[in-house]
Amino acid sequence: MAQKVPIKTTAKMKELMGFYYMMAKAAESDPEQKIAWITSGGPVEILHAAGVIPVYPENVAAMSGTLKISDEICAVAEEQGFSRDLCSYARTDIGSVLSGKGPIMGMPSPKPDFLVCCNNICGTVTKWYEELQRIFNVPLIFIDAPFQYGVKDRPEAIDYMEAQLRRMIDQVSEIVGKRFDWDKFMDTLQLSDRAVKLWREIQDLLRHRPAPMNSFDTFIHLAPIVTLRGTQGCIEYYETLKAEMLERIEQGIGTLENEEYRLGWDNLAIWYKIKFLSERFSQHNAALVVSTYTRSFCYQAEDRDPSNPIRAMSADYLAGYINHGLDFRERELWQMVQDFSLDGIVMHSNRSCRAYSFGQYELARAMEEKYGVPVLLIEADQNDTRMWSDEQVGNRIDAFMERISAKKR
Amino acid sequence: MRSIYFLGLDIGSATAKAVLINEKRDICSWAVIPTGGRLLEAGEKVRRDALEIVGRVDEVHVEAVVSTGYGRELVRDKTRSVTEITCHAKGAHELMKDVRFVIDIGGQDSKAILLSKDGLVERFEMNDKCAAGTGRFLEVMSRVLNIPLEEIGDIAVNSGEFAKISSTCTVFAESEVISLLAQGVDIPKIVSGLCKAVSERVYGLASRVGVTPPIMLTGGVAKNRGVVYWLSKLIGSEIRIPENPQIVGAYGAALIGAESYLNLSIK
Repeated sequence: MAQKVPIKTTAKMKELMGFYYMMAKAAESDPEQKIAWITSGGPVEILHAAGVIPVYPENVAAMSGTLKISDEICAVAEEQGFSRDLCSYARTDIGSVLSGKGPIMGMPSPKPDFLVCCNNICGTVTKWYEELQRIFNVPLIFIDAPFQYGVKDRPEAIDYMEAQLRRMIDQVSEIVGKRFDWDKFMDTLQLSDRAVKLWREIQDLLRHRPAPMNSFDTFIHLAPIVTLRGTQGCIEYYETLKAEMLERIEQGIGTLENEEYRLGWDNLAIWYKIKFLSERFSQHNAALVVSTYTRSFCYQAEDRDPSNPIRAMSADYLAGYINHGLDFRERELWQMVQDFSLDGIVMHSNRSCRAYSFGQYELARAMEEKYGVPVLLIEADQNDTRMWSDEQVGNRIDAFMERISAKKR
Repeated sequence: MRSIYFLGLDIGSATAKAVLINEKRDICSWAVIPTGGRLLEAGEKVRRDALEIVGRVDEVHVEAVVSTGYGRELVRDKTRSVTEITCHAKGAHELMKDVRFVIDIGGQDSKAILLSKDGLVERFEMNDKCAAGTGRFLEVMSRVLNIPLEEIGDIAVNSGEFAKISSTCTVFAESEVISLLAQGVDIPKIVSGLCKAVSERVYGLASRVGVTPPIMLTGGVAKNRGVVYWLSKLIGSEIRIPENPQIVGAYGAALIGAESYLNLSIK
């Protein structure tokens, strides 16, 4: 097999993320510089505008997963009574706080001056952040994003979000002790908007055959949009990545030597098994070309009004994939199948993420029966390797690919 | 003229199975032995056992060896390896052309496979995280009750009544059985309850795929009449059991070997 052509921009990401975490870590000892811990779907633009450094426990936990240190960190939380049935990100984060171990040069995240929790990604974050509030004894700003059961988001939910975001602006201003800089806020929203659009454009480039990179690559290149959304560095990074992808398309560089099958991925990455999964699917000439997970970080509300930025922002923070019911998710999956010419969908039934995994069987049934799209369910966990078995998952993947290739013949 | 044979090897967690077929796809010989933790050796032995039935091992002309089961990658000089899902579907379809649904209850996992009308895998589910709903569950219970595994099915069918086993976990069910014994509950009732518990678990798996008759039950547990009784009652449909339910996967593997050989020779 020909050597896979590595993605050059990856080196730049390591630099960018390394710098960000160094800066955040340095800020820990600067009393003037406020640090806030925030959930991945949180309205971070308000923090940037107020000069606060955001830190994402979910991203830090994912790094621990990738470095394969999450099990020992989770064990610390479990020893303190946090159930193994809890989300492994929550256990990794709390375990990291309790043990002082973490992925940033062996250290945990810099301590927060306050916390921002938005429940548009799950309900677990509510209790998780309350626990952090208890441990650190710092203010907790909570944004309650109503779950959207229908395909269309409810205007009163957007009103409710807007009221909360305006209140958050006041709360943050009070904590940092400065007047809120509305001009900087508007600039930040524009930077964020640009980054989100770039991230979507990059993922859309994977429609091309052969795909210039695969979903396992996008899992890695996800970090800047999660942690640096709203900064110039994030835009520059994705502009470079996009240019490289266009170049690869032009040169016909694919992620596989012989891309025979194209698959979609649903749910979080399995951080400690990215290499295993990538190799196993490659053996079957199958490229994963799109995922609901990485696309979750580029949702913008359908009928957002760009002339009213805070209202558009309120709508966007409701608009994510997992803040929606099954009709919405089915529509999105089917759209993905068509746009990316998928031969099947791989669903990671993720023990940690109920909000994401709930309903997957129903979605799988809809995909199979309504649209004739083969679906594979893999039982695993995003960060807890104890939920994983190479042999069992490998066997299912092999059987799934045998099924797809028999049908295609 | 020398006969050409095709060998299917199914190296499972509990037993290793070999099936030898000829060019006409007829089964010429088969063998089943306990795996006993040594997958490689079991594969070698069961292969020899099957070949010896048709002639001297080194003189039998095997054109293709297809392996399946958890130990499939360990089989030496295999033509290729194929998963149990595809092999069971293949074997079941060949045995009964109209079968649409295969339930395989093996030693360490169970599978439900929906077939298309022409025998291709439409959809499948596996239970491989939990011993409940597999042969292992009954094996553990046979030890607790001190009843040979082979007798469990008949005792269950003749019981008429069953004790309720509420736990679906093998470990908890074991303590539940011990407590039922302590309460003086009749052993046949407990045994019937255990067969029901396995069937309920498997029924849940099958329902996720969408049970579509005609149904075939394969794997070692298909020999247990108690499970067959409860499973068909839960599904509400007759369940067909092939003559040798344990070798369906190995048979499917042998067929895949024959098909790829014959396709190649046409080309």
